[in-house]
Amino acid sequence: MMTATVSRWARVRDSFLWYSFKRDKVAIISFIVLLAMVLSAIFAPLLAPTDPYDLALIDIMNSELPPVGMSGADGAFPLGTDAQGRDMLSTILYGTRVSLMIGFGAVILQAVLGILFGLLAGYMGGRVDAILMRIADVQLSFSTLMVAIIVGAVFKASFGSLMFGEIAIYMLIFIIGLAEWPQIARTVRASVLAEKKKEYVDAAKVMGFRTNRIMFRHILPNTLSPIFVIGTVQIANAIISEAALSFLGLGMPETQPSLGSLIKSGFDYIQSGSWWITLLPGLVLVVLVLVINLLGDWLRDVMNPRLYKG
Amino acid sequence: MLAFLVQRISQAFLVMFVISMIAFAIQDGLGDPLQELVGMSVSLEERDALRDEMGLNDPIYVQYVRFAGNALQGDLGISYFYGKPTLQVIAEHLPATLELVIGASLIIMVFSVPIGVYAAIRPQAFLSKFFMGISTVGISIPVFLTAIMLIQLFSIGVTIEMFPTDTGWGAWLNGALSTDGGLPSYGRGDELTHLFGTWNSGFFSSDGLWHLVLPCVSLASIMLPLFIRLIRAEMMEVLQSDYIRYARAKGLSSGRINFLHALKNTMLPVITVGGVQLGIMVAYTILTETVFQWPGMGLMFLEAITRSDIPLIVAYLMVVGLVFVITNTIVDLIYGLVNPTVKLTGKKA
Repeated sequence: MMTATVSRWARVRDSFLWYSFKRDKVAIISFIVLLAMVLSAIFAPLLAPTDPYDLALIDIMNSELPPVGMSGADGAFPLGTDAQGRDMLSTILYGTRVSLMIGFGAVILQAVLGILFGLLAGYMGGRVDAILMRIADVQLSFSTLMVAIIVGAVFKASFGSLMFGEIAIYMLIFIIGLAEWPQIARTVRASVLAEKKKEYVDAAKVMGFRTNRIMFRHILPNTLSPIFVIGTVQIANAIISEAALSFLGLGMPETQPSLGSLIKSGFDYIQSGSWWITLLPGLVLVVLVLVINLLGDWLRDVMNPRLYKG
Repeated sequence: MLAFLVQRISQAFLVMFVISMIAFAIQDGLGDPLQELVGMSVSLEERDALRDEMGLNDPIYVQYVRFAGNALQGDLGISYFYGKPTLQVIAEHLPATLELVIGASLIIMVFSVPIGVYAAIRPQAFLSKFFMGISTVGISIPVFLTAIMLIQLFSIGVTIEMFPTDTGWGAWLNGALSTDGGLPSYGRGDELTHLFGTWNSGFFSSDGLWHLVLPCVSLASIMLPLFIRLIRAEMMEVLQSDYIRYARAKGLSSGRINFLHALKNTMLPVITVGGVQLGIMVAYTILTETVFQWPGMGLMFLEAITRSDIPLIVAYLMVVGLVFVITNTIVDLIYGLVNPTVKLTGKKA
């Protein structure tokens, strides 16, 4: 058992990925920042000074207190409070948690859909390919945000605001996953087309393996690196889409806020000078998306420099 | 070429058909027109009679054909909230959105071309790296956040007091980092010039133009980094090609090579991609208009959602779908015309 872990670590240590990671300062810093944000989001219930979901802890007398360092600040609330008197640090920690959950969830869903349809289209070819890719083209030409807004609007109108708010996390994962699958499907299809001409696929066919086995056990593992590259960038996109939907009121309700709905609820108070309610979660959102994008750029350069240009 | 034309146009019709089906399904599934027309006092029998009269008990395909027929004649129902034909409501809100898009496009064109070309000609220069870094950050900032930051900086204003004021540089830094604000951040202003039809323009008064500044800059901020990167990538590719090397060997001046020969071939893909991106901007206008309470189509759509104004939602979907389909088809056709290497039959290799 011990030897297995050592050799696995040795494989990581000797890999090109680790080698280029060590040499790239931007990648290292981005990774550390992302890791810190993910960990603090996971352990938000332990780290946060108060529980923003617990209405009993909120005191309206504490509303709109500025962050420490400005006049009128209260030491108990290091980043100030929002309009309802909730501690900003706690709401941001919990909000990051919700945003990351939706981001990862949506990317897992779109990866499942994208890999399935991409493999089918690439390997089967013919009519299946034509139909699936035409749907993907049309959906992409409408821009994923537009599709997400429309689907979100229809869902909200048919479920009603209250019901929609209760299941908003799952709804958002579903909406964003559904809107963005073509991105991954296209990438998978392109690499499947390149892979299926190779000899190992012919060998597998000659050995009489079933189509499913060839597709998922033989071709899929060889298309994983572009999926990782796209998947990383897609997490950032999903988090932005979630924030946009929440900002439009088609996402998380204020009682269970994500970063987007925090920005939205703070926006109403920006004219009265309480900039921290909207700009602090905004800053966290930008940093989160930026480090994911930077890591995605680095992964793309390392794994597949010819994936896409510009 | 004819086959390509026919294929693209028939595809456009197919997409429009699917959009109309979706729109019809939304209308059918969400709205009960009877509920909106009559109150609680009408009896069940009367309701049923009304239902029959309005054709709501017809088979679903008959209802769809009626819906599509009306849509083709420009009748997409009457908005519950405005009490007017939905297309008229959209026509009233369209000019505001168009002016927003026009303003943003102007900003994008003016800034993206010089910056992109410069970054391609001198990829190692400090300024190029600076602009590329800014554009990476720019892509990571959602459009509504840019808008909020612009409002804070230039509409509300920022006062910095953290440096000591008893020293000269402290006071200077405080002053230099503070902004006055004062730019309008709400609506289109009062001084609109009536052009024609439902078009009231903000382009012809200083008040209207000031109101356009922040929304247009916000909307442009999301597309500008994409265009800079696109122009840079295309230009760098063109600069590698044989005819540019030949021009260099021939001894043409670098200005002539860069701006006459290279730029011409750079702009071609940029224009076609730009066409598609302009369509995608419609989605971002919804966000921008929400932040600035800009009375355009996007804000109208969002308000229609909160008011459950189903006919208006459906009409918006149809109109926006049509805009998307038309721009995409035209861009495809132009691309096919100017770039003969595009596979004309549309079959994937």
